[in-house]
Amino acid sequence: MGVLRGGKIMEATGRISSVKRVNSLKAAGITAAVIFTLALFLMPLAYGIATALKSPNQAASAEFRVLPLSPAQIEQNGQKLDLFQVPLPDGSVKTLAMIQRGRQMSTFADPANPTAPPLEWKGNWRTLTPELRLDPQWGNFVTSWQAIDFVNLLKNTLFYAGVSTFGILLSSSFVAYGFARFRFPGRNVAFVLVLATMILPNMITLIPTYTFFFSIGWVGSWLPLLVPAFFANGFNIFLLRQFFMGIPRELDEAAKIDGAGPLRTLYQVILPQAVPALVAAGLFNFFYCWNDYFLPLIYLAGHPALYPISVGLSAFSTQYVIYPYLVQSASILASLLPIIIFFFTRRFFMEGVVLAGVDK
Amino acid sequence: MKLRTNQQERSEHRWGLVFIAPWIIGFLAFNIAPMIASLGFTFTNYNPANPDKTQFIGLTQWIRAFTEDPETYPAILKTLLFSAICLPITFGSALAVALVLNSKRLLGKSLFQTLFFLPTMIPTIAAALIWTGILNSQTGWVNVFIEKLTGFHAVGSDGIPWTTSPYLIYFTYSLVSLWGMGNTMIIFLAGLQNISVELYEAADIDGAGWWAQLRRITLPMLSPVIFFNLIIALIGLLQYFAVPFTLNQGRGLGFPDGASNFLAVDFYAQSFAFANMGYGAVLAWVIFLFGLAFSLLLFWSQKKWVYYGGEK
Repeated sequence: MGVLRGGKIMEATGRISSVKRVNSLKAAGITAAVIFTLALFLMPLAYGIATALKSPNQAASAEFRVLPLSPAQIEQNGQKLDLFQVPLPDGSVKTLAMIQRGRQMSTFADPANPTAPPLEWKGNWRTLTPELRLDPQWGNFVTSWQAIDFVNLLKNTLFYAGVSTFGILLSSSFVAYGFARFRFPGRNVAFVLVLATMILPNMITLIPTYTFFFSIGWVGSWLPLLVPAFFANGFNIFLLRQFFMGIPRELDEAAKIDGAGPLRTLYQVILPQAVPALVAAGLFNFFYCWNDYFLPLIYLAGHPALYPISVGLSAFSTQYVIYPYLVQSASILASLLPIIIFFFTRRFFMEGVVLAGVDK
Repeated sequence: MKLRTNQQERSEHRWGLVFIAPWIIGFLAFNIAPMIASLGFTFTNYNPANPDKTQFIGLTQWIRAFTEDPETYPAILKTLLFSAICLPITFGSALAVALVLNSKRLLGKSLFQTLFFLPTMIPTIAAALIWTGILNSQTGWVNVFIEKLTGFHAVGSDGIPWTTSPYLIYFTYSLVSLWGMGNTMIIFLAGLQNISVELYEAADIDGAGWWAQLRRITLPMLSPVIFFNLIIALIGLLQYFAVPFTLNQGRGLGFPDGASNFLAVDFYAQSFAFANMGYGAVLAWVIFLFGLAFSLLLFWSQKKWVYYGGEK
């Protein structure tokens, strides 16, 4: 009944029960509307999963079916027979197994009574409703897993995410500490520039950067994506600085009295206090790498063995465009790990989003 | 005594600079130097296939972009048009969902919050493939459901061409973007939760209705958050590339009918498909200048609509 907080004033007038009823109706109405909206919002995901589980026949079926269905069958005398709903002369409908199909007449066996003689039914078999069963093709996931070389994509992406996260956390915590705890000339200007780099389109720097990396032979390797991570970036500097500024200065001063220099203070006082922010920043970077497309596409063009997941999925979707069930199963595969990690870390993650986004 | 303070101060300055040194180096090496070089590139015919033939050709590339190349203005217009369609859809939805999730009457808030956020975790490329699947005019669920529910002929090659019509494609891309609205939504939600309840109680006493409260309390109080998200979103849209590129790399960029030939797609085609890097640098500058203009416009306009409370 925690939803009824709005009822205080009316309580005094003695109409409490009707107000309660109106309020719980409103709560039910809002909740139902949200569930409906959510169902629409997530429907493509259901489509992706259902399509990923279809066989070529199921996907090409002229009859529209939401789920991966196949004709239900039984085995009789070593033969596989399709089941149909057959209307009988007495007006009842019975599920029968088709032995022989015909346009004028078909013969059926009764699965409930296998020893009875075959039953003859007059009429076109195509007018009968086939009995269907759920027949998901889990093997599609295996096929696309192998076709896209998922293990290699995963290895590359984890390598990219791991090294760049290490570099970004190392360098950004350093820089954020500098901005959060030290006064120096030009600090405010420098910090505005940090923020400005967050909204600098990366295309403006790409051509000279690419040309430079090309001239030293780094294009076609991971280095152009990894090395800049060790020079901090605006988003993470901002996020960590916000958090560091919330750590009481008394802790720094206590460390100073104990004879700790600035570096030791950072590693022994600040960073242990900032674990939630470091985890959030690490998660952001992991998801960023998982999603990163443009720069890996540019720098790794022509080296499929080095592709991270997004570039690999994109190339796969073009190659396998005529197999929608494989494209969908690969898309679902590519989404699984971030979703799972998100479910386990969502508290950290969402608090990080807020820390980075609201306190500007 | 005075001397000692100066010494302490100098030491603090020094340490501050030491700590921010990685950023200074990165800023110079990966931002400032390439930006200057990028401007320099626009005055050349640099092509990585023939680097030795690079010549200084003055403003030729700029003149080409704005007087000869028939793609430039349409690319700018398409980028702006798509932004004008995509921004209201994603921002409106993120705000609407945040408002509902903040409603005290909703049951199971934290579960809904997680589920509305969930698609944001799906990589953009996968989201684009899933959405174009469900919007496929012949096999997608959307057209089938529309036809079954309304009787309107929607399925088939003459059905609703979500992914093949130059008019509908911006809407389809916007739906893909909608799956990335989670961060904006969470930030809006946190902004909403920061608004003092007393403001609404006072408004209730004054007899202000839902709409008046939204316009006079909620939106002004959220305006700093909206401002920040608007800038990030606009810069992202100016560089909109991954979705149209993934969907069209097999059949030619710009599909359908050039509609997806946005500035960033044009930039990629010129710089990397045709290796005209001198000309590509001009397009990069166009993107940058638009981003700069939007940011300045927003910063200038924030006096008029962004409310910082007692902070400033």
